[in-house]
Amino acid sequence: MSTYKIGVVGDRDTVLAFKSLGVDIFPAMDAKEAGQIVARLAKQNYAVIFLTEQLAKDMKERLDYYRNSMLPAITLIPSNKGSLGIGIQEVKKSVEKAIGVDILFEREGEE
Amino acid sequence: MLMRVNPTRMELTRLKKQLVTARRGHKLLKDKQDELIKKFIDMVKKNKELREEVDRELESAFKSFTMARSQMPQEVLEESLMIPAARASISVSKANIMSVNVPKIEISSEESGNIYSYGFAQTSGELDSAIGILAGVLPKMLRLSEIEKACQLMADEIEKTRRRVNALEYVMIPSLEETIKYITMKLDENERGNITRLMKIKEMVMNG
Repeated sequence: MSTYKIGVVGDRDTVLAFKSLGVDIFPAMDAKEAGQIVARLAKQNYAVIFLTEQLAKDMKERLDYYRNSMLPAITLIPSNKGSLGIGIQEVKKSVEKAIGVDILFEREGEE
Repeated sequence: MLMRVNPTRMELTRLKKQLVTARRGHKLLKDKQDELIKKFIDMVKKNKELREEVDRELESAFKSFTMARSQMPQEVLEESLMIPAARASISVSKANIMSVNVPKIEISSEESGNIYSYGFAQTSGELDSAIGILAGVLPKMLRLSEIEKACQLMADEIEKTRRRVNALEYVMIPSLEETIKYITMKLDENERGNITRLMKIKEMVMNG
């Protein structure tokens, strides 16, 4: 049991809101910059990194790299421009990987 | 697929032992896979619900925040949020679900009782509500990342286990069975050959 920090990476307007909660915020302009920040945070003492979907959509490779390691847990959040549905897509991907078919979401499609 | 082995009795015993082990391993792995999938389905359902909830709440928080930003000058807003009222830190321990190590995240923030880092004089009410929602959603977000990570790790483990189960079921065990059959037949054939030879020799000796 050890103490870790929380980081929020995203565009300036989105992360600013988190500042007052006492988490560390890292504004990033584009996916490249965000990738560098995530890589740096992963090496440091950050267990949870929240990343906006806007940036995440262009850095799939880097996210896959951290996917199967225990820490850091990179969690996607919608930005202030709204959700892109990538977060829920990732859940779907896990289901498909584990079971082969999508059992959680198919019911919604039929209705 | 037939293995390249010498058809000897020693080899036969060795393979038979291997087959028993392979069958037991297959059964164990299959059980592990079933249990993992059961746990995974429970987990991923929770994951989905939480994800939707967090998405929804964050969206409303951002909406308020955007409103607040439009009502206040940029400098005042940034100034108000500059110094956080609390420091959120988390402690992470390991939990073990069916031999998958998943992180367990707990918040250990120093509560100051006040989530607002500013005086109310120059800020708009929208900002208060945005911060209020965000403060409430943060624990959920952490729980979400814990569950989501666990789901990802479990999905990976399930995939690995399935590959092992299939390798045993469709490759290892059939090939062992086939090889055992081959050796048994070969040994029987040798035995028959030997008997015929003995009979022939006996006949020659009798007649000679």
